[in-house]
Amino acid sequence: MKKRWQFILALMVLVAGCNKENTKEDVSFYQPSNFPAPKYNFNNNPVTTAGFELGRKLFYDPILSRDNSTSCGSCHISFSSFTHHGHAVSHGIDNLLGKRNSPPVMNVAWSDEFMWDGGINQLDLLPIAPIENPVEMDLEFAQAVQKVKTSSAYPKLFKAAFGTEDITSARMLQAMSQFMNCLVSANSRYDKWKRNEGGSLSADELEGYNLFQAKCSSCHSTDLFTDYKFHNNGIKDNFSIDSGRAHISQQAADVGKFKTPSLRNLEKTKPYMHDGSFQTLEQVLEHYNSGVKVSATLDTLLNKNGVVGIPLSANEQQKIILFLKTLTDDTFITDRRFAEQ
Amino acid sequence: MKQSFLFAALLSALTIISSCKPEDHDALTGKGPVTIDLENRAGSAPFAFGTNYVTAGGDTVNFSTFKYYVSNFVLVKDDGSEYVVPQAGTYHLVDAAVSGSNSITLADIPAGKYTGIKYIIGVDSLRSTTDVSQRTGDLDPAGVGADMYWSWNSGYIFYKIEGTSPQSTEVGNVFMYHIGGYGGYSSPMTNNIRNVSITSAEAMEVGEGHSPEAHIYADVLQAFTSPMNYSIASGAVIHMPAMGAMIADNYADMFTLDHVHNEH
Repeated sequence: MKKRWQFILALMVLVAGCNKENTKEDVSFYQPSNFPAPKYNFNNNPVTTAGFELGRKLFYDPILSRDNSTSCGSCHISFSSFTHHGHAVSHGIDNLLGKRNSPPVMNVAWSDEFMWDGGINQLDLLPIAPIENPVEMDLEFAQAVQKVKTSSAYPKLFKAAFGTEDITSARMLQAMSQFMNCLVSANSRYDKWKRNEGGSLSADELEGYNLFQAKCSSCHSTDLFTDYKFHNNGIKDNFSIDSGRAHISQQAADVGKFKTPSLRNLEKTKPYMHDGSFQTLEQVLEHYNSGVKVSATLDTLLNKNGVVGIPLSANEQQKIILFLKTLTDDTFITDRRFAEQ
Repeated sequence: MKQSFLFAALLSALTIISSCKPEDHDALTGKGPVTIDLENRAGSAPFAFGTNYVTAGGDTVNFSTFKYYVSNFVLVKDDGSEYVVPQAGTYHLVDAAVSGSNSITLADIPAGKYTGIKYIIGVDSLRSTTDVSQRTGDLDPAGVGADMYWSWNSGYIFYKIEGTSPQSTEVGNVFMYHIGGYGGYSSPMTNNIRNVSITSAEAMEVGEGHSPEAHIYADVLQAFTSPMNYSIASGAVIHMPAMGAMIADNYADMFTLDHVHNEH
């Protein structure tokens, strides 16, 4: 009798596992073999399916904004690798514009400094910033917690995730981290080639990869394609509108420095740069070739031996772009579990 | 085996010796609480909202907000030895608008005569970067300390005063001083944590059945003076760490002991 039940259960699990549309599938954080060790401390907040589901519900819930209009997912849309596709700068509540390009939410477990200026030093604390930002969701965090507490949808989800119906700021933030930590993008054609999983790069793409390694990988390092450090890459020579890292450190040496973005899913995350000033990858590559503006804090790698920028022929630029497009991870972008349900 | 026998023998000998000591009715034994009452003041007057005060530099100030974190209490015995109060329970937000928030009870302090109290104004760097599940009570960013947290630059505001002053050139003559900055996460930044050390000629007698109180004045006007007079006209709004260092240097000596009170 007992055996038969186990068999039926196993069968149900199998069926569920085969059903791609099923959003109740188990989810978990996983460590791609070509990535370094994550920085997030999973001991304090291990991922569970129920925690992920609660986090996802919160991520897509507009009640976390002042007028119930704007969710995290409004500016971090799954099909554009969790960016605000087509928007140079984020477009928040009351149609207000921010001053920076909405960054992708992916592979967050490998970072411990968030935002273009690194002002937030812990994933769990990140959601408080956009919730409170007057041009994003414009709601005091304490009120956001209060709204979740009084919403009838949540007690059972908190119970499933944390064992009791208690709704606290810590649980809310931890659930959102569980969701975001599962947004791992590591299955591009490049990854499958790199990990010998049957992916291949064309001769041109391979040439682009080698050029990239020689000319771009000092900052876009590792298979995360970022060093998570702050650099002035010469987009401007006057940073009075947005001083970047200096806004946090208040040090003159940091004026105009912004965190190196990952290049994964680049094809899906246009426009580019902290201010969204470039619409195409061609513009980005040409910027490094001929558009770098000199200022006191320009990265020394972009001003070596009297040469400003990174000289790249049109042909080299094209090949690098071909390589960069192998970083698109369609399984990540189309994963129904990550999208608004 | 032999050693443990020796140890037991030694222990019982010690017990006999200690129990042979002359009876002392005032002996401080066990543990007891210490209460710290912070009385908010403005110079020599009791602090009140909506009242005009004059700073050392001659500016007139009228407060609508006065709150600050104190934490990391250490009690110093008359022999110079220190007792570090377990950190977790030591984070207190004192808000002049919330009655009772100025009274801090440190429980289970080992018996002894204490002549010093040390603490910090602010939240130490470890707790400022700790796991979110540790941010409970006064440190909950959605709790009583909600407006004492910078979401855009992860960290607590250690000290906040707001109000009006005719010397302010801001709209509505407002002033706002939000002072924080624990020293930076990945690179060194402004550290506005300030240490407080208070000594008392009269010892606080702590032990079972003893519950002393230290009555300490907290002077809001110190933010504007010593070591440097701060002129409101020079900047009525500060909400970033580096600019706040001067005010932090000033309020570092805002606390003075009025008296201790021993209960017998």
